[in-house]
Amino acid sequence: MYRYDEFDERIVRDRVAQFREQVARRVDGSLTEEEFTPLRLMNGLYLQLHAYMLRVAIPYGTLDSRQMRQLAMIADRWDQGYGHFTTRQNIQFNWPKLPDVPDILAALADVEMHAIQTSGNCIRNVTADHFAGLAADEIEDPRPTAELIRQWSTLHPEFSFLPRKFKIAVTGAARDRAAVAVHDIGIRIVANEAGEIGYSILVGGGLGRSPFIGKTIRDFLPKAELLAYLEAIMRVYNLGGRRDNKYKARIKILVHEIGTEAFAARVEKEFSARNGPPAEVDAAELARIAAYFAPPAYQALPAVSAPFEAAKARDPAFARFAATNLFAHKVPGYTAITVSVKPIGKPPGDVTSDQMRALADIAEHFSFDEMRITHVQNVILPHVRLDDVADVWAALVEAGLATPNAGLITDIIACPGMDYCKLATARSIPIAQDIAVRFADAERQALIGPLGIKISGCINACGHHHVGAIGILGLDKAGVENYQITLGGDPGDGASLGERLGPGVGADAVPDVIERIVDTYLAVRAGPGEAFIDTVRRVGVDSFKPALQPAEEAPREAA
Amino acid sequence: MKLLDRTGWKSDGFSRAESAGDASAVIVPLATLDVALAERRAGQPIGVDLPNDSDPADLRTRQAKVDLIAIAFPKYGDGRGFSIAKALRDQGFSGILRASGSIIPDQFAFALQCGFDEVEIEDAQAERQPIGQWLHALTLIHGTYQDGPDGSVSVFRRRHQEAEAVKAA
Repeated sequence: MYRYDEFDERIVRDRVAQFREQVARRVDGSLTEEEFTPLRLMNGLYLQLHAYMLRVAIPYGTLDSRQMRQLAMIADRWDQGYGHFTTRQNIQFNWPKLPDVPDILAALADVEMHAIQTSGNCIRNVTADHFAGLAADEIEDPRPTAELIRQWSTLHPEFSFLPRKFKIAVTGAARDRAAVAVHDIGIRIVANEAGEIGYSILVGGGLGRSPFIGKTIRDFLPKAELLAYLEAIMRVYNLGGRRDNKYKARIKILVHEIGTEAFAARVEKEFSARNGPPAEVDAAELARIAAYFAPPAYQALPAVSAPFEAAKARDPAFARFAATNLFAHKVPGYTAITVSVKPIGKPPGDVTSDQMRALADIAEHFSFDEMRITHVQNVILPHVRLDDVADVWAALVEAGLATPNAGLITDIIACPGMDYCKLATARSIPIAQDIAVRFADAERQALIGPLGIKISGCINACGHHHVGAIGILGLDKAGVENYQITLGGDPGDGASLGERLGPGVGADAVPDVIERIVDTYLAVRAGPGEAFIDTVRRVGVDSFKPALQPAEEAPREAA
Repeated sequence: MKLLDRTGWKSDGFSRAESAGDASAVIVPLATLDVALAERRAGQPIGVDLPNDSDPADLRTRQAKVDLIAIAFPKYGDGRGFSIAKALRDQGFSGILRASGSIIPDQFAFALQCGFDEVEIEDAQAERQPIGQWLHALTLIHGTYQDGPDGSVSVFRRRHQEAEAVKAA
């Protein structure tokens, strides 16, 4: 894991002191509310429906036990004993009080954490593949690049007052697990024909009201040119992005309105004209950062673990967990474990302080003191010996964190929705809970196989419903919650946006509709090997349209 | 309007006019810049008011003749001026850069790092945000990850320099 040096530490500490003074100047009237708002947002502090919400950055989702324990302490001392993992690998506290926030930020700084740029119209916390450093299909670990971008984007004097928020994601693997195509900038680490490592750059992806898949504007960018190239993109956006309408202010709209080629041409012109202080990436600096992400001291282990195999044979519940929640590790004898933060019937992504401490203990003992937060709001234990999986599972069971549903139909992404968010037009969390309860049976879930449901409580799409295999969008129709269902969305390779199934349905009807969609899938799939998304692609969304209506009503309507 | 720089309030040697006229130093609108440059008296400093939807590249051929560029910040939160200033410095403008309009002490360090020399604000704002707040704001953050035309040295470069120093020792 990256560790702050004296410079990083100083900037984060100074930032806390600065915010403390900004709060004081708001109180004494030196700052108007309008002036204070962006300053507060750039320190992660939102004003929500009932209270302030503090969003803490977990850069590229990586944290250690010391940091997790501090988050637990913050949850206990200044919040209501829990936190919420977000779709951007961050954690949110829903009940802090404004006067406490500088103290919370100081407590974060004590463990090399911050809330800088987790909100506001600036470059947000950078995200990366949550299986970084352990996936077999990885070309290069994306985290050093992500850390470089974190530093470069921190308190950037030119790009702190952009037209709108700006999100960057990095993947270093052949398979995209970071959803780079739905970010303002997506970065893929690639190798060229000469075998050199560089970057492929996508721009203009995004969800929200107007979803777009990102366009590639550079197939291969040498590593040394990354920051200069990013600066060129940012300048083109800062000068050219729309500021007349916040819903048209994201870079995706600029790219769409002037066209990908024209946008790329502007970037290349800006990039080639740069003759100010160079922003090249010093190779030694990148190597310094990369050294922090060196592989841990793995033991030489056999690929097959006798204790692991025996435990699976002995205990069907463990076998089910092992079948769903493990991810192949590139080192023999190790595995990555997905800890589902989606227990049936509970708000997706919520963790109690006790659970945070349990995760910290487990990570410390069994996973080289490391955890990752995923953009599907789960936690990864990245480097667990197969020999230890049964012990880890037992500890997870104890903590209420052993739900065997990673990637399955109850592993639902949901935004906070109307229960917390002032933008929301409908509830999200209760809908997720209803669906999870309906499909609670673990055997049935396993039979259905991989299926991502994503729920947003308004058109801003924080629940990423556009890229859900099943997407659910909650709207308000004349004072009544109404849910639109989309099928066929995919955030990864071959990224695609879901297609509307038909008219929206009421909240009560959602679980029934989902169940009929799933039954249709089970009836028409080519076999258990054909995942839901592949069946939808093969047979088309129209085949699922009857699922919107109860079966007994269909003939009457046809008549 | 009140004018300040990194040392405190300062008097404005420039006045605003449509043309060069007989003022000692004058800031003219972009639309009349060419005429003002043609009519300027020997040694008369000429500045220009630059709206923040301008393309800084359009000034490239004239910038050597311009003594001051006042970039508009029409609305708080509109950060185009930061990029325009940085772009002007990148393309070699070496005169005075002034940020004019809705900019607050918390943005002062950013403005200087982007190449601004001075800030011009409304009197009412100056009363609410006295000079002490502006100067104090510059002392709060020690270090930056950005190199700047104001001579600020990025953390990346400082690490590099430290590593070189260790190597040399």
